[in-house]
Amino acid sequence: MLNPEIKDIFLKAQKTGWVMEPEAKRLMALAGIPVPAFSWVKTESGALKAARNMGYPVAAKVVSPEILHKTEVGGVALGIKNDAQLSQVFSRFSTMPGFEGILVEEMVSGTELILGAKIDDQFGPVILLGIGGTGVEVYGDTALRMAPLGEKDVVAMFDSLKGAALLKGHRGTPPMNLSALMRLMLDFSALVMACAEHIESIDLNPVKCTPEKCVAADARILLPQAEK
Amino acid sequence: MDFTRLFHPESIAVVGVSLTNDRHPANVIYNKIHLRYPVNVYPVNPKGGRLQGERVYTGIPEIPSSVDLAVIAVRAESVGEILESCIEKRVGGAVIISGGFAETGRKDLQQKLVDSAREAQFPFIGPNCLGIYAPGRFDSFFLPGERLIRPEPGAVAVVSQSGGVLVDQMVKFAEQGVGLSLAVSIGNKALIRELDLIQYLAKDPDTRVISLYVEGFEKNEGRRFVEAVRSISKPVIVLKAGKSRQGSRAANSHTASLAGDYRVFSQVMMQHGVVEAKNEFEMVSFCESLSCYHRPIQGKIGIITASGGHGVLASDVCAAHGLSVPAINAADQERIRESLSERLRTIVTLQNPIDLTGSAEDDDFVAAAAGLIRVPDIDCVLLLLLPYSPGISSDLGARMSYLFRGQDKPLMAYVPHQEKYRMLIEGFELNNVPVSSSIDGAVLMAEALRRCRPC
Repeated sequence: MLNPEIKDIFLKAQKTGWVMEPEAKRLMALAGIPVPAFSWVKTESGALKAARNMGYPVAAKVVSPEILHKTEVGGVALGIKNDAQLSQVFSRFSTMPGFEGILVEEMVSGTELILGAKIDDQFGPVILLGIGGTGVEVYGDTALRMAPLGEKDVVAMFDSLKGAALLKGHRGTPPMNLSALMRLMLDFSALVMACAEHIESIDLNPVKCTPEKCVAADARILLPQAEK
Repeated sequence: MDFTRLFHPESIAVVGVSLTNDRHPANVIYNKIHLRYPVNVYPVNPKGGRLQGERVYTGIPEIPSSVDLAVIAVRAESVGEILESCIEKRVGGAVIISGGFAETGRKDLQQKLVDSAREAQFPFIGPNCLGIYAPGRFDSFFLPGERLIRPEPGAVAVVSQSGGVLVDQMVKFAEQGVGLSLAVSIGNKALIRELDLIQYLAKDPDTRVISLYVEGFEKNEGRRFVEAVRSISKPVIVLKAGKSRQGSRAANSHTASLAGDYRVFSQVMMQHGVVEAKNEFEMVSFCESLSCYHRPIQGKIGIITASGGHGVLASDVCAAHGLSVPAINAADQERIRESLSERLRTIVTLQNPIDLTGSAEDDDFVAAAAGLIRVPDIDCVLLLLLPYSPGISSDLGARMSYLFRGQDKPLMAYVPHQEKYRMLIEGFELNNVPVSSSIDGAVLMAEALRRCRPC
C-alpha cells in the first residue's frame, strides 16, 4: 500500500541509515500527516526566496547526512526575522560537516508532544505518545500501544497521560484540537503498519498542538540496521 | 496438534528410572504416579529388571498396552531416540524433563526433537522442565509428594517458564485457598509454548482463569500472544520477569529509548485486557478474584468494616490502586441506617467506608451489604471482617455469599487466615466469594476486575 514516492524515499535513505528531515517531512505529508510549510534549499539566494514567500519569521535547520542530532550542534535556528539574519544563519550552517543545504520552515507554536513508533522485537510496530516534545525525557509521561491503533486506543492513550489536562484544557487554557490529534495518530499508525519492514523507529518530535491544529514540527526516521 | 492424551493420560511410561538410585528424578516420578494416582504406569530402563517388585521395560515398544504419556528423564543425547520410539508406538505426548539442550548451548539437539515431533504432530513439553501437575490425576514433578504443597483442584491454570516459580506459586495458592485446574512448567518451551497452551486452556472445561509466568517472547510472539488472548473469553493474568533490554541505537531515537522492552510489554498487555501482576502476591490475589468473577468493574468500591482504622487503611490502598471510594448520599445512608439494629443506628458511620463498629452482628453486616448493593454509585463491595468481634458468627461467610449470588456486584472479603476462622473463610470461598488474608490483597482482588478488559 506504500506509494512509489514513499518507497523511493526509503530507498534513497539506505546509504545513510536514516531519512533526513526534509525527506522525512515529505514522506509524512505524502501519508497525510500535517507538517509546517517547508522548503529545502541549497543556496543562500534560494533560502531568502523561500523565506520571503513563506513570510518571516521562519525557522532554519541544517540538512546533513552526518548530523542526526541538529540541536546539539547548533544546527537549528528559530524565529529568524529578516533576510540579514537568515543570511547569517545560512553561512554558519554551510560550514557544518556534510552540509547539503538548509530547511527553511514556517514557524509553528503550540503545546509540544512526541509521537513516535518503533518496531518492537516481541510485539512488532508500537506507537508512543508523550507530553513534553523535546523535553519528553524530563517528564517521563508517555503512553505506548501496539499498532494499528483504533480510536479507543487513542482515547485511552490521551487519558492515561498524567499531563492529559494540557491537552484537554487546564485553568482557562483552551483544549487542543483533539480530533486533529486523533486523526494524525490514526494516519501515523496506518503509515507505520504499512512501512514496518522499512523502519526501525520514527520520532515526530515535537508535534505541536493548538486549539486549531496539530503539526509534526520535526521528523526523524531510522532505518533497520543491516546486521542482526 | 492434539493435547488431550498428553494432559489426560490413562497410562504413563516413565523413561529413565534407575535400578539402584531411588532418588533419581525418574524414580521419584514413577513412585508417586504408581502409588498415588489413578493411572497405569510403566517404568522403563534399557537394562530391564525389576523395580520394587514391578517389571521394568527395556523400551517403549516393549510396553504391552497403549501409552498416553511418556515422561522422559534420560541424558540429553538419548532423548531423540526415545522420542522416535514414542512416535512409532503412537504415544499421545511426552514431557521431557532432561536438561542439556538450548539452555546449555545445545540448540542443535533441541532442534532435532522439535523437527521430528512437528513432523509427526507429536506434542511434548520441555525439555528442561518439571512438566505437568494435574491435581488428583497425575503429575510429572520430580519432587517427592510429601515435600510438595498441593493446592486443591480448582479453576486456575498456571503456565510457567520456571519450574521453581511454579512450585512456589502452588504453595501460595494452597495458602490462600486458590484451586488449580492444571499447572505446566514449560522449561525451554521448544515445541509447546505459552500460545499453544492458552489455546488449549481456552477450551479446557476445568479452567476458568489462565495465569502465566513469562520471561520472554520470541520475535513477534508477543503480538500473536495478545491476539490469541483477544480471541478467548477467559481472563488471562501474566507475571513478567526479566529486565528490559535496549536496542543498541536506542540513544538515537527518543521513542526507542522511552519504549523499553518491559514498558512495551506492560502497556500492550493493558491494551489487550491481559491483567499484569507485578509480583507473586498480586498474582495470587488476581487469580483468586478472577476465578470467582469475570465481569469487569469500573472500580467504585463500597467498604464495610467493623473497625474505622481498617476502613481508612482500605481507602488508602484503593486510592493507591486507582480505585475510588465514592461518598454515599444522605438518602441512601438513611435507608441503610434504618435497616440496622436499633442500638447501632446512632454509633455507625455510613458515608463510605461504612463502619458498623465492633458492636455489629451478622444481621447488621447482611443489612448493610444489601443496602450497599442498591447504591448505584458502587460497583464492588469490600467486606473487612474482624472475627474477634463477638457479634460475628461462623455463618456470616455463607450468608454474605448467598446475598451476593445473582447480583452483578462482586463481593471481596478480608478475613485474617487463622485456623480458628476456617469455617467463616470457607463459607465465603466454597460459595465462590474470594477471601484475602490482607487488606491489600482484598483491594488487589477488586483491582483485577477493573483491569480485566481492554483499555
